[in-house]
Amino acid sequence: MNWLEKSYPKWLLNHRWFVIFFCLVLVIAAASGGRLISFTTNYRVFFSEDNPQLLAFEALENTYVKNDNVLFVLAPENGNVFSPEVLAVVEELTEKAWQIPYSNRVDSISNYQHTEAEEDDLIVRDLVTDAASLNVQELEKIRDIAINEPLLVHRLISESGHVTGINVTVQLPRLDETKETPEVVSFARNLADEIRTAHPEIKIYITGMIMMNNSFAESSKNDMASIVPISFGIMLFLIALLVGGFTGTFATLLVILFSIMAGMGLGAYFGMPLSPPSATSPTIILTVAIANCVHILVTFMHEMRHGMSKDDALIESLRLNLQPVFLASFTTMIGFLTMNFSDVPPFGHLGNFVSIGIIFSFILSVSMLPAMISLLPVRVKQRKDSKHPAMEMFANFVVAKRTPIFWGMTGFILLLIAALPRNELNDIFVHYFDETIEFRTDSDFTTDNLTGLYNIEYSLKAEKEGGINDPEFLQEIEAFANWYRQQPETLHVNIYTDIMKRLNKNMHADDESYYKIPDNRELSAQYLLLYEMSLPYGLDLNNQINIDKSATRMTATLKTISSNNLIDLEKRAQNWLSKNTSHIAQADGSGTSIMFANIGKRNISSMLLGTTVALILISIVLIFALRSLKIGLVSLVPNLVPAAMGFGLWGLLVGEIGLSLSIVASMSLGIVVDDSVHFLSKYLRARREKGLNSEDAVRYAFITVGKALVVTSIVLVTGFLILATSSFELNSGMGLLTAIVIAFALFADFLLLPSILMKIEGTTNEKTINTGITA
Amino acid sequence: MKRLSILALLLSLLLNTAYAETPEEKGLAIANEADKRDTGWTDQIANMSMILKNKQGDEHTREMKITTLEVQGDGDKSLLSFDNPKDIKGTAFLSHTHSLTPDDQWLYLPALKRVKRISSSNKSGPFVGSEYAYEDLASQEVEKYKYKWLRDETVDGLDNFVIERFPQYEHSGYTRQLVWLDKEMYQPNKLEFYDRKNALLKTLRFLNYSQYLDQYWRPGAMEMTNHQTGKSTTLTWTDYQFKSGLTDRDFDKNTLKRAR
Repeated sequence: MNWLEKSYPKWLLNHRWFVIFFCLVLVIAAASGGRLISFTTNYRVFFSEDNPQLLAFEALENTYVKNDNVLFVLAPENGNVFSPEVLAVVEELTEKAWQIPYSNRVDSISNYQHTEAEEDDLIVRDLVTDAASLNVQELEKIRDIAINEPLLVHRLISESGHVTGINVTVQLPRLDETKETPEVVSFARNLADEIRTAHPEIKIYITGMIMMNNSFAESSKNDMASIVPISFGIMLFLIALLVGGFTGTFATLLVILFSIMAGMGLGAYFGMPLSPPSATSPTIILTVAIANCVHILVTFMHEMRHGMSKDDALIESLRLNLQPVFLASFTTMIGFLTMNFSDVPPFGHLGNFVSIGIIFSFILSVSMLPAMISLLPVRVKQRKDSKHPAMEMFANFVVAKRTPIFWGMTGFILLLIAALPRNELNDIFVHYFDETIEFRTDSDFTTDNLTGLYNIEYSLKAEKEGGINDPEFLQEIEAFANWYRQQPETLHVNIYTDIMKRLNKNMHADDESYYKIPDNRELSAQYLLLYEMSLPYGLDLNNQINIDKSATRMTATLKTISSNNLIDLEKRAQNWLSKNTSHIAQADGSGTSIMFANIGKRNISSMLLGTTVALILISIVLIFALRSLKIGLVSLVPNLVPAAMGFGLWGLLVGEIGLSLSIVASMSLGIVVDDSVHFLSKYLRARREKGLNSEDAVRYAFITVGKALVVTSIVLVTGFLILATSSFELNSGMGLLTAIVIAFALFADFLLLPSILMKIEGTTNEKTINTGITA
Repeated sequence: MKRLSILALLLSLLLNTAYAETPEEKGLAIANEADKRDTGWTDQIANMSMILKNKQGDEHTREMKITTLEVQGDGDKSLLSFDNPKDIKGTAFLSHTHSLTPDDQWLYLPALKRVKRISSSNKSGPFVGSEYAYEDLASQEVEKYKYKWLRDETVDGLDNFVIERFPQYEHSGYTRQLVWLDKEMYQPNKLEFYDRKNALLKTLRFLNYSQYLDQYWRPGAMEMTNHQTGKSTTLTWTDYQFKSGLTDRDFDKNTLKRAR
């Protein structure tokens, strides 16, 4: 290392044109992958292939049908759906919705297959046909049927009849979803616009899984279009302000720009898609890459101010920073790479994109950056005083007051750690999107007025084939549905028995007393056959009855609730099932909501392992790099404490940990380690090279690296605070908490670390090891 | 005169390409020929077993007997009685099909001991939960569609006319169908169904044709695959019988109860 540090800077300055050219070629090669970048449009990207909830849901979908959907919600201004005008629009939209790409089912109050009896005739027809010509009595009758039909109310019509839904089931071939989903969405939006123009008195909202999927891409693109340029602007301003000089700022700009391009491009070559979490990669690369440049620039400017020539100052800066910048990059990379332990693939993608960016930022900041600076004019005011007065004053303060500082910090840390248990794991996946995203506001309106986006699905299995016609089984599933209907979280339950009861009534001349489950199996089976014979294209029962008629799908639609409430509800349901039923096989709740409810927990346990691995690896790296087991172990304190403090403060302020926060620990670990790496390497250099005692070594560390640490921390905190403005809650929460952790890391390194060092090392000089590492 | 017209027909066939016969005319002519060749079987009885498969790989079998009465000038009459599964055994479905108006349909429910008339304009729903719509299985009258000959194509060594046909029934579930009609049998080898937005929905393949009464070709099996849901249904036909002396009275709703 000694040799490299001495000879490399000189070699670099002798070959600066070649170095710049070589860097450009490297970056262009990597960045050419940019054309392969794709934005994911499926919530499934959040689930690993072996996620048990995903597998269960896929089995359910393969047994019945997939039910990705687009839900149009029509809200007439006068608050009445049952007018000829509005019903005509429902009819029109229902008809046109069949044209939506990949649609294979459209359900609305107009094409609802109403059945009634007329002597020995069973009449099956659309509830609404030719709406424009309906008279008052007919409208009244339609209204009466619709709002009393359990299949419709709270699903496609509100109880008061003020809003109605048109639900389009879509079967994406899933060959290229990045194209398929936007295709469906743009068709649906055009359809809605068409109606809006012709009928301004009807408000139209669009929600459903397809819209949510599309919002992932839209949110990512929004973030990249707004957050990345803002970050660039603010960061350049910060560098110009804190480091100063046009050349340095310009060279830094190129380094971070190239690191981002190379990171994203090479990542795309590896086939990683952009989802809202991984779409933050450019901002994170930007933020992390700056730190490397700042360290080199700060030392360089410092040396020039003290009279060194530009080339000498560059050589000295590289000599001093090559190892710590490498170490910092390496440990940061370890932190990001361990995000691959996450059960949520987008976080792994994020870690990989950023890691590639970090590698490039390291290479560029020790090659292209100094090469460029040596070619560009740099003007620095010579300064005679050889010290940073502010840093020196601060260092003296820390040395003098080390005992009160130590105990004060320890108390403060313990206080925050005590608040750790206040954090509760909780997520509301619809709230991943903030109110700037149309999907969120449309979904909120839908949930408030018509039906929910959350649901739990059950495949209720009878003992043998044809078993769904067994009266005892039917009684039990009806009781289960009724139990669900009594739960405060429930908006609607879709269950096959409602059809059977209606048919039984129809078969007995619409006698209300027969609105019940038929009392023998043959009767049910034959009614079902009769009914199936009379349904039109796309409105069949294949989506709720399996092929050998041994199982039926029940869907409970819920209000927007948190993952904990959802898991609790499912637990209550399982309890009820095991106590009250004997003909239904064990049936776990399934579906998107259940998947998202469990993902937080799965992610935390996977990331606990990831963070542990990161911690062990980083500590080993530090012990070897610093050539001291003792100092390496000491570094654990300022590396671990910031995350604990951050999560403690989060417990006090927010108290809820979402999906993304569980990755903050390992991600921030890699970043905050940089502070202690830089501080400790300077401290050890002072002890070993200059033979200073621990107090003076602390002073030396503060003076040489203090400013750079303050600057990089400000840059990092700012960068992550910008992420906190993301329209995607997972990113904004992650950004905010990471910013807090990084700020605490500076605290720990400036206040806690020095006092520990002075406590354990005493004030004796260390002269024994001076051949070791010389950072 | 007669000789002249035959001569004219022969000439027109010979000069087919030179003649300005439009693809529509050619399509219709082929459909008429197919209809003509399949006329005169009077009545037909066959057993059918239906194997349903879903994407998960589950399978389920149903068995039924189908009796059909040929009706000139209107859709055929058919009677379907279920043998299996047990809980619908004895259920019988009678339909008098029509080309462009809703069919007349009755169902006898043994559990209720009553005949119920189904009043519905729907012919496009899935037939007993399978991938076949009722309209896919009902008799294929010429006037149910408008035709357009597209091309000739050889598939697996069989020469076919490829004809596009457009359903004329208002409530049909399809915008169009493509038929691969065997040039020798004038029976379809393959059918493709396009849904309301003109996307490929299903493919039906006809397998193991046999000729009965030296004239009528009937498939031994039919495989329907739904491309959008990944489900499929296979029909296997056995014990074809023709000209068993059935009459209108065997296809009357009053005799439905006795149908087995």
